[in-house]
Amino acid sequence: MAEQNNLEKNIISLQAVNKQYGNETVLHDVNFNVQAGECIVLVGHNGAGKTTLMKLMLGLTRPSSGSIKVLQGNPAISTAVAQRLSLGYLPESVVFYEAMTGREVLAFYADLKGASHKECKNLLELVGLNDASNRKVGTYSKGMRQRLGLAQAMLGNPQLLFLDEPTTGLDPLLRQHFYELIDELHKEGVTSIISSHALNEVEARASRFIIMKSGLIVANGTLDELYHQAALPIRMQVNVEPGQASIVAERLGSDVTIDNVNNQSLSLSCFKEEKMPLIRHISGLGEVVHDLQIIPPRLDEVYSYFMSGESL
Amino acid sequence: MRMIWILALKELRDGLRNRWIAAAIILLGVLALALSFLGAAPTGSVKVSAIDITVINLASLSVYLIPLIALMLSYDALVGEFERGTMLLLLTYPVTRWQVILGKFLGHVLILFIAIFVGYGGALLIMSLIAGAGTEGWLAYLMMMMSSLVLGAVFVALGYLVSVLVKERATAAGTAIGLWLIFVVLYDLILFGALLLDDSQVIGQQLFSTLMLISPTDSYRIFNLSMFEGISQAAGIAGIASEAGMSSSLLLGVMLLWVSLPLVATLMLFQRREL
Repeated sequence: MAEQNNLEKNIISLQAVNKQYGNETVLHDVNFNVQAGECIVLVGHNGAGKTTLMKLMLGLTRPSSGSIKVLQGNPAISTAVAQRLSLGYLPESVVFYEAMTGREVLAFYADLKGASHKECKNLLELVGLNDASNRKVGTYSKGMRQRLGLAQAMLGNPQLLFLDEPTTGLDPLLRQHFYELIDELHKEGVTSIISSHALNEVEARASRFIIMKSGLIVANGTLDELYHQAALPIRMQVNVEPGQASIVAERLGSDVTIDNVNNQSLSLSCFKEEKMPLIRHISGLGEVVHDLQIIPPRLDEVYSYFMSGESL
Repeated sequence: MRMIWILALKELRDGLRNRWIAAAIILLGVLALALSFLGAAPTGSVKVSAIDITVINLASLSVYLIPLIALMLSYDALVGEFERGTMLLLLTYPVTRWQVILGKFLGHVLILFIAIFVGYGGALLIMSLIAGAGTEGWLAYLMMMMSSLVLGAVFVALGYLVSVLVKERATAAGTAIGLWLIFVVLYDLILFGALLLDDSQVIGQQLFSTLMLISPTDSYRIFNLSMFEGISQAAGIAGIASEAGMSSSLLLGVMLLWVSLPLVATLMLFQRREL
């Protein structure tokens, strides 16, 4: 949907957004921009403000202060109807009208969005609900509801997708299927905002991560940028000839951080800028080194780093 | 308008699916038939048609029944969707909040329209088939059905106001019953009680008429009773009405005001509501 020349424009822009419910501050000075085609992953503990942030961007609530622009307009005013034509939303643990069948529910939402009933049929097929489409939603399992939720979010070819914890309740196979669908949409240029706890699943897809903690954005960047900011040590596993490990350790010298030594392997850790010199050093040791594995910090380690107090 | 119609159709389908409409048709139809057979008995000596008697009987009964049906239909309309969570998704669709309210309202009024016109209207048809009566009195019957629909709309709107104000469905149900008691039973009870105790005649005829007029249920009653010259004298209450110069359009106007005011209030509260 997004035109090529619009690619650089901000599709979402939040400036100094605060949100209070009574005396409780749910969001504090939130600033970020999203460009067309990005896949933003929102991470944070429960109650960090992810859902509130989505509701603000959807215009369901208004900020206490600050400004929000979604698709070049304020989402909270009643004239934002036109913008809502091009966005899809899958709420956290989605609820439908229980007495209606899956097909009826989807047809109702399609009517509201001006989408055709043929599209409903295709979407039901796409999410694998075709056989269950004439059953009442009340009889659906959690996974089926979630799939119906995804189908309704995709109605009318949205430009912008908000997915709140989209894979909770889905089995591993369905999760994979789900991410394939998201990848497909992403290729078509759809912008998506996904909130998730399943870091390993979203790692490969996210163009950018926004990490939230108690209503604050503590990190906002690509995976590389986050690694860099967190400056977590890179681990190395060196396999050597049996019995040679302690000798190798000695030859590496005292500058190298050695975490663990056993008979035929050593665990080392170093920072990013020390990595290449260390690799050259190790390869200079000769035949005694059999193998070298480099283990970059995992996303959950980066996440824990930002969630611990240090980054503030 | 298209959006309102989509939302109204959904409510209508819900009413058909959960047999709500069917139940209301049967209830209203059976009562109308029962009353018309009862009403047919005394026609010989009094110079009124069987239909006229039925209209008066039905109006007296509808004043209790229609508000109850309308409130049962509407109290859950908003709080139910808030509580279950369906409102959240609905409002991310390209609908405005006033379209949501008006769509539901149109749907619920359509349900009442079907229930009243099929239930009462069907009874009238059966009645005239059995009795072989002509079409005299049909206009009054039609006016009774129409005013019943307006009365229903009043309580649908009041039900929405309850639904947008309270936080839980159970509270909404309780409040709706309270509203019904106040509007249908207590208001008249207090008014007539005050009149009985009022020895020094503080409540003049003017004040009394006004107090009657501002109640939507009394307006409905007077509207239906005052259609008949002879009856209105006999029925007592309506006699006062016609003397006080309450025209049918004024009475209907009061009822329509009772439709629009709660509806506007509901809309304003709903607009400010954050999800």
